[in-house]
Amino acid sequence: MEVTLKGGASAASATPAAPVSSKMSVRNLNFYYGKFHALKNVNLEIAEKKVTAFIGPSGCGKSTLLRVFNRMFELYPEQRAEGEVVMDGDDLIRSKQDVALIRAKIGMVFQKPTPFPMTIYENIAFGVRLFEKMSKAQMDERVELALRKAALWNEVKDKLGQAGTSLSGGQQQRLCIARSIAVRPDVILFDEPCSALDPISTAKIEELIEELKQDYTVAIVTHNMQQAARVSDYTAYMYLGELMEFGETDQIFIKPRRRETEDYITGRFG
Amino acid sequence: MSAVLPTPGAEDRRLPLHRRRKLVNAVALVLSLAAMAFGLFWLVWILFETIHLGVTGLSLQLFTESTPAPNVEGGGLANAIVGSLIMVFAATALGTPVGVFAGIYLAEYGQRGWLGSVTRFINDILLSAPSIVIGLFIYAVVVARVKSFSGYAGILALALIVIPVVVRTTENMLQLIPTALREAAFALGAPKWIVIRSVTLKAAMAGVVTGVLLALARIAGETAPLLFTALSNQFFSWNLAEPMANLPVTIYKFAMSPFSNWQQLAWAGVFLITLGVLVLNILARVFFRKRH
Repeated sequence: MEVTLKGGASAASATPAAPVSSKMSVRNLNFYYGKFHALKNVNLEIAEKKVTAFIGPSGCGKSTLLRVFNRMFELYPEQRAEGEVVMDGDDLIRSKQDVALIRAKIGMVFQKPTPFPMTIYENIAFGVRLFEKMSKAQMDERVELALRKAALWNEVKDKLGQAGTSLSGGQQQRLCIARSIAVRPDVILFDEPCSALDPISTAKIEELIEELKQDYTVAIVTHNMQQAARVSDYTAYMYLGELMEFGETDQIFIKPRRRETEDYITGRFG
Repeated sequence: MSAVLPTPGAEDRRLPLHRRRKLVNAVALVLSLAAMAFGLFWLVWILFETIHLGVTGLSLQLFTESTPAPNVEGGGLANAIVGSLIMVFAATALGTPVGVFAGIYLAEYGQRGWLGSVTRFINDILLSAPSIVIGLFIYAVVVARVKSFSGYAGILALALIVIPVVVRTTENMLQLIPTALREAAFALGAPKWIVIRSVTLKAAMAGVVTGVLLALARIAGETAPLLFTALSNQFFSWNLAEPMANLPVTIYKFAMSPFSNWQQLAWAGVFLITLGVLVLNILARVFFRKRH
């Protein structure tokens, strides 16, 4: 499937002047859970500082794809990836780089909020300390910056010493986003980040994603079609491990090329 | 949809079923209440007897004086109390790290391999092994070789009882931690040992501590493993290389004796142990509750 990203940004894009370049290239990617073939020859480009959404029915492989990008699948010995995911000229799957450094560059936010069993401050500092040595003042600054970027600072600045688990669900999820930002990644992966949240918290996260793309490349898996339409610049529709259609979000939602995509988006299927 | 709606007369057919269900419910409730009352009856009786017979022996002397000779006025349990405290806490201090590390191995590393399954199986056997077997084992490998009963042997025997309890609770508590929490820590680039130390073990800490407290409560009243290892000591002693006085064996010895002052002290000892175990259990509950 050939997709050109250099065709001028879409009308919905907030920064239409910026030329679009590819941050990650997925080439001939196949993925196996034991014998089960979960991703079938997937090829696509993730645009830099844009939001790419992955949609499709449950089990279509969209979360699996995300978990290849930060090599999360390696935690489970029976899972195996073949093909290439090239970022900054380096194939992530067979990279000589330590997997920890790859994960520092590619943050991930999960379906359910996962605050660590420590204070709000420590939740942010935890990841930073893995890679950087800094003074208390510098760390304070980093924690504040990350919380500000995650639009959480004003709500928690007076209770940084409280447990991360004491926050509400939506706040916890923004804490997790702040935690990823604090490590200064290039890419942030969102795996159904709003599926456990109420509509108000969801709106806040969506707003946040919109802002994050000024600095980061974002990939998001979602079951919510409206969400994909609202937040993303590019959308990929997947079905049974195959990439069915990929293109600018406007094009996918207004004028899909394939019948299957249209059926899924309009709710006639899946 | 209309076919599913109740037709006239459906109410009459439902009523007998409903009545039957209510009857079954009532019978089940009565049976479970009776079972609860039966259990509670004995527990309250035991507590009552313990308090009734134990409290009369309570005095300051109990904590300041050592075990007396038969039929002599005065005397206490100071040597047994101190001996028990030393051995129980030393055994817990010895058994806890071993148990926690083994539990971490089983939950975080040994989920798949054969070594994990074998370890888990052996631990289960050790967990249900009669404590007298453990006492005799330490007697055979330590006491018989050194040719002396000692506090050290007592500590070893009690530690062997602590270890499987702690292994099991640590493993179970770690398994309760959601995979997503582990993955979130890995996703930041944390190595496995940091994930375990700072995230998983920390999240499971309340459960692990509860397990340790329950192990402590368990060994506080164990008699059999001490009978063959620390034995007992009529006198106060800090020396762990010698036989060491302790509450369970003293109670055993005194309660079997024909001397009334010894029997009185045995009841006081029973009261102290029961109180200790009760406090430990309450502590464990409070601790677990507070964190969850």
